[in-house]
Amino acid sequence: MSTKTVNQRAWLFVLPVVLLVAFNAVIPLMTVVNYSFQETFGDNVFFWEGTKRYEQELHSERFHAALGRQLAFTSIILVIEVPLGVAIALAMPKRGPWVSVCLVLMALPLLIPWNVVGAMWNIFALPEIGLLGRTINAIGIDYNFTQSPVAAWFTTVLMDVWHWTSLVVLLAYAGLCSIPDAYYQAAKIDGAGAWATFRYIQLPKLKRVLTIAILLRFMDSFMIYTEPFVLTGGGPGNATTFLSIDLVKVALGQFDLGPAAAMSLIYFMIILAVCWVFYTLMMRGEEQ
Amino acid sequence: MSQISLKDLRHSYVAQPAGDDDWALKRLNIDWSDGGAYALLGPSGCGKTTLLNIISGLLAPTEGSVWFGDKDVTNIAPDLRNIAQVFQFPVVYDTMSLFDNLAFPLRNRGVPEPQVDAKVREIAEMLDLTGMLQDRASGLTADAKQKISLGRALVRTDVNVIMFDEPLTVIDPHLKWILRSKLKELHQAIGTTMIYVTHDQTEALTFADQVVVMHEGTVVQTGTPVELFEKPRHTFVGHFIGSPGMNVLPCAVANGVPMFAGTQVPTDHPVAGAESAARLEIGVRPEFVSFAEDGIPVNIVKVADAGRYRIVDARHGETVIRLLVSDGEQVPSDGARVRFDPAHTQVYADGWMIT
Repeated sequence: MSTKTVNQRAWLFVLPVVLLVAFNAVIPLMTVVNYSFQETFGDNVFFWEGTKRYEQELHSERFHAALGRQLAFTSIILVIEVPLGVAIALAMPKRGPWVSVCLVLMALPLLIPWNVVGAMWNIFALPEIGLLGRTINAIGIDYNFTQSPVAAWFTTVLMDVWHWTSLVVLLAYAGLCSIPDAYYQAAKIDGAGAWATFRYIQLPKLKRVLTIAILLRFMDSFMIYTEPFVLTGGGPGNATTFLSIDLVKVALGQFDLGPAAAMSLIYFMIILAVCWVFYTLMMRGEEQ
Repeated sequence: MSQISLKDLRHSYVAQPAGDDDWALKRLNIDWSDGGAYALLGPSGCGKTTLLNIISGLLAPTEGSVWFGDKDVTNIAPDLRNIAQVFQFPVVYDTMSLFDNLAFPLRNRGVPEPQVDAKVREIAEMLDLTGMLQDRASGLTADAKQKISLGRALVRTDVNVIMFDEPLTVIDPHLKWILRSKLKELHQAIGTTMIYVTHDQTEALTFADQVVVMHEGTVVQTGTPVELFEKPRHTFVGHFIGSPGMNVLPCAVANGVPMFAGTQVPTDHPVAGAESAARLEIGVRPEFVSFAEDGIPVNIVKVADAGRYRIVDARHGETVIRLLVSDGEQVPSDGARVRFDPAHTQVYADGWMIT
């Protein structure tokens, strides 16, 4: 009884997904790949350029500067948001009526559309009329994010921390809630203090959710566009021109589709590579 | 090390306990003498884990007090009570090596490192873990992890009592036996009081010198395994311990002699105190029922082979009487009669044994 009826019509079930993925991902991506390797002057006439665009892009000072700003931004927000998120999650109540209050408060920033977040913080931080801007100036610090790069960075980072720390909090909180009570009881009986409990029980048990949280925050912050675009427009000068803002400037502002295509593929590869390396390192020896 | 006493202990998880059902533990007075091996036996939800958590200090009792020797520890935190507990699911510190796991309770208490090292090695030796001391704890099997949990209790020299909360639940059956013998061996070697909570009668009876049987928040009997088997003080104990459980048959008492189905059932002592009872029952274990020339007439309804003996269900009227028949013995086909061993026949009034 080894003969099986092979019914090729089953492929019809897969067809909708294949079409969706093709039009949604494969075809757009291949278009970008096409533009990155070929030159066109319209009329669907293409000239092969090889890897010239990539070489230019990788040697471009402008790209280096944007990449540097991007790495700095992502590092800063990760260093702030992950520990802060874990600290808030630890401080949240584990049971009782306040749990839902805390969860709703924490979820609120995540529910606000990104351009609204940018607009909110723009108004909030304006030196003349914004609550934040006026307050900072009132205590004697000269603060104007439209003119000072330091102030612009400060505001962008603060906005991102406000917007996204909640995500880390919610993930870490879920991780903490999944630790069985017996672990805390055993730690108590073993005479472990709060720090030892955190270091040897909570942190190891949070490893997986924190890996996910860091990956999500890395990818999202590395691709950040809307909020800084609305808040600072990439300025003053190029001070907050991160990779995606620069990419849009090249692709849509200057209509340099070829270099923009090469740049976006390099951008994509960096994110992919960093995520892969990070995930592999974190999950080493976690097979069981 | 010291004796542990529970005085007038009551506990409720309800804020304002009103009825009897609100109490997870009804009034308890228990003394656990120093160095004993005790088992707390009872079905799920009978209050054994509650009782254990009260002794360890993870839970504060609603009423009553807990004494270690002559010291009232009712309001003392778990880490200051000098107790150790092994939980149902093995608790290990994943990121630490096996050595560091065992050393953890000592290091937390500021024991100097040379002493820690010596003690950890000694305990690892007892638990057969010596070869694995440098392994990371996260990759170990459930039984090795449970040994670590136990090891963390054993390394401490100041422990008043080690408590086990169904510690073999997640262990494979063939390893259960090994760990159980290990535990018994360790108790004999170190002599620390041990309290072992379980719903498995085999575990309780093989581990403990004294078994405390709990039912619906009360202690129904405390005794040696033999006492529980031969003289169950309550019909619940008779049912719960032994396989198959005790026969409990409705009866009447006339002139101090119990009567079942119009037949006198002789007991060792005349029965007293049966007058006020609403419900009277005879309890006799299947081991002490045998076929006889004269006695209670029965019909055989079922014979089940249990290896070295057979379990026979015999019926008198609506009542089923179980008895054990050894391998060589004949089971009569009809006109069978059974008798009860008078030395092992008890009478129960409203569930409690009367003599």
